Amino acid sequence: MPPETVTLETDVLVIGSGAAGMAAALAGANDGARVILADRSLIGRSGATIMAQMTVAAALGSEVPDDWTHHLADTLTAGRGLCDADLAQVVCERGPTEIRQLDAWQVGWARDPDGRIKQAHAPGHDRPRCVYVDFLATGPAVAKTLRTRVLRRDGVTRIGDLCVTELVLHNGAVGGAVGFSVADGRTVFVSAGAVVLATGGVTRLYRRNSASANMGGDGHALALRAGAELMDMEFVQFFPIGHLAPRLVGMDPIMWDPFRYKLGGRLLNSEFREFLNDYGNQESGRYNVARDRATHAILSEVRAGRGSPAGGAYLSFQHVPTAQLRSAFGPVIDKLAANGIDLTHMPIEVAPIAHYHMGGVRVDAGMGARVAGLFAAGEIVAGANGANRLSGNAITEALVFGRIAGRSAAERAVAAERGTLSDAAAALDCAGASNPAATTNLSGVIAELQSVMAEDVGPFRTAAGLARALARLAMLRADLGEGPPGHQGPYDMARLDWFDLRSMLLVAESVARTALSRQESRGAHQRDDFPDTAEPWAIHQTVSLFGDALVVGRAPVHVSPLSELAS
Amino acid sequence: MSITATLVVSRGTGLGPRGTSRYVVPYTPGQSVLDGLRYVRANLDPTLSVRHSCINANTCKECMIVIDGKVDYACTTRLEPREMVLEPLSNKAHLRDLVTEIAPPDERLEHALKRAEA
Repeated sequence: MPPETVTLETDVLVIGSGAAGMAAALAGANDGARVILADRSLIGRSGATIMAQMTVAAALGSEVPDDWTHHLADTLTAGRGLCDADLAQVVCERGPTEIRQLDAWQVGWARDPDGRIKQAHAPGHDRPRCVYVDFLATGPAVAKTLRTRVLRRDGVTRIGDLCVTELVLHNGAVGGAVGFSVADGRTVFVSAGAVVLATGGVTRLYRRNSASANMGGDGHALALRAGAELMDMEFVQFFPIGHLAPRLVGMDPIMWDPFRYKLGGRLLNSEFREFLNDYGNQESGRYNVARDRATHAILSEVRAGRGSPAGGAYLSFQHVPTAQLRSAFGPVIDKLAANGIDLTHMPIEVAPIAHYHMGGVRVDAGMGARVAGLFAAGEIVAGANGANRLSGNAITEALVFGRIAGRSAAERAVAAERGTLSDAAAALDCAGASNPAATTNLSGVIAELQSVMAEDVGPFRTAAGLARALARLAMLRADLGEGPPGHQGPYDMARLDWFDLRSMLLVAESVARTALSRQESRGAHQRDDFPDTAEPWAIHQTVSLFGDALVVGRAPVHVSPLSELAS
Repeated sequence: MSITATLVVSRGTGLGPRGTSRYVVPYTPGQSVLDGLRYVRANLDPTLSVRHSCINANTCKECMIVIDGKVDYACTTRLEPREMVLEPLSNKAHLRDLVTEIAPPDERLEHALKRAEA
C-alpha cells in the first residue's frame, strides 16, 4: 500500500458535484444515509451545470397551458427513435416538481410582472417551456442553490480535489472507490455501501467544447472497468452555434442560443445569405431547427466553400435595435463591448462545438447499472435523450435522475456489504505508485487525442475516417505507459494527465467503435457513407469491457404506449 | 518572425525551494493568459501546474493568480506580446507552481478525516 493512504467509510459515495451529484447527495441524506460527496475539483463549481446559460425544460404551463405528455412528445421526436420511453417519461413527468422545488429554494427563475415564471420557447419545443435565470445565469444559480442546501445537510460530507481512479468491487458488487487527493497526493479509499456516478459527459474528448476541462468521461471509464455496460456512446451532441470568432474571454461559447431564440439572430454564409432551409429545414421567423439539423447545415456550407473566414457561419443581430438588445441581455452587452464586440455593427462567427453526450451508463428504472451497488445520475445516464437531446432537458434530467439515484443508493446501502482494504489494494497501488518522470508529454497526447476525435469522430463520419481514428488512438495508447509518472505529491498535473488520458483513451475508443459499426445516419450521428436513417438501426449499441478489449453489443429500444407520441 | 509572449512563471511546491521558468509562447491577439499556460502544458512543459476548470467562461473562479503583481483571473486577463510575470496567490497555502489551496476548509480531505474520527 502506498505510504500516504487514508480510509473513509460511508453509506453512499457520490462522485461529481454538478446538479446531478448534489441532487443525489441531498436525496440520499434525506433518506437517512451518510453521504460523501466527492469532486475532483471544487464542490458545486466544476462540471457542466455551472456552465449552463439558460434553458431548463419543464411542463409548468405558466405561460401557456402545457402537460408533461407534450414535453415527452418533443423529447421523443428529438431523440430520433432511440429514447428509452420510460426514462424520457420520468424526466418529463417529474421535471415540474423539481423546478418548483428549486423555486421554493429561491433559485430566482425569471418572472413576468404578474409573478408567473417566465418560459422561453427554445428550439424543438412545441410551446414556451424553458425556465431560466437572468442574465444567462441559470447554471450558476442552480449550482449555488443546490450547494446551499447541501451545506445545510449534516448527513453530507463534502470532499473537493478528490480524483477517483477506480471503483472497488467486493464479492462482485461495487463497495467503494479509490482515488487520490489532488491537493496533497495522498491515496484515499472510500469504503461505501453504494456509489453514484455523477461525473457528467465526455466533451473534453473534443478540441472545441463547451464544458469544463474535467469532463473527460472519468465516470464512463470507471463504470466500464467495474463491469457496467455503456450504451449509445456514438451519439455526441454538437451545439450548432458555439462562439468561434472574434476571440471572446469571460463568456461561455454557447451563449448565442438564447440570443438567437429571443431576438431572432440570422445565420448567414460567406455570401451573407441565410442557408438553413437549403437543408430541408423549415425555419421562418422563429428559430426552431433542432441541434443535429443546424449542425449539419452549417458544416455542409463550410464544406461547400461558403463558410465564414474562421471556418463557421456568420450570426448577425444587426437588424435588432440597440434598446431591444439591452433589454433582453443587459449586462451581457457590456461584457461583449469589453471584448470589442458591438452586435449592432458586426456579425460574429459561430461553429458547432462538442456540447453534450446522449450516451452513457445503461441503467434500470432505479438508475442502477448492471453491477450491483453502482448507480448513475445526470448526463452520464444513457437513454433518456436517444440520438439527440432536446434543448433544456439536461438540468431537468440531472435533478430528476439525481433524486432517483440518491434514493436507490441509500436504500441499497442499508444492508450492503462494504468493500475492504484488501479489495482496494491493487487500485491503491496504482493511484499511489512511484514511477520515473514521463518521457512523453501526456498533456500533449491529450491534445492530440482531442484532434483525432475532432477530425474523424465529429459530426460528420465515414468508415475510413473512423478506422483512421481507431488506429491513431491505438498509437496514442502506447504513449500511456504502465503507471502514473512521478510520486505522490501536491497538485501534480503531469500525474493527473496520466489518469485523465487513461480514461479518455477508453471512452474515445468506445465512441469511435460504435460510430463505425452504426451504418446509418441518425440524430447526432451522421455518416457521409450512410446518409439515410435505416429502420433496422432503431436499436441501441452497448459497450462492455472484457479484459482489455471493448466489446460492442446490441439492445432493443424500450418502448411504451407513450412512444406513439413521437412524430 | 512570429510575435510571442514570454511567461515568467513561479515554480516549486509549498515544501521545497521556489524557482522560476521562462516560457516563450506564440501570441495571437485576443488570447488569455490561461491560453498561454495551456499552450505551455501541451507543448513545452507538462509539469507546470495551474488549476482551472471552465477554461474560458469565468464561472469556476479557480484560475485566480497574481499577474504582474496584481490578483486576477488567468482566463479573463489578456495575453500580451511582452514579458508577463505569473505567481501564485500570496495569501493562500501554496501547493505547487501557480496552484494554491482555495477550497473551503470544510470541503477538504483533512476535514472529512477529522469528522470521521469525531
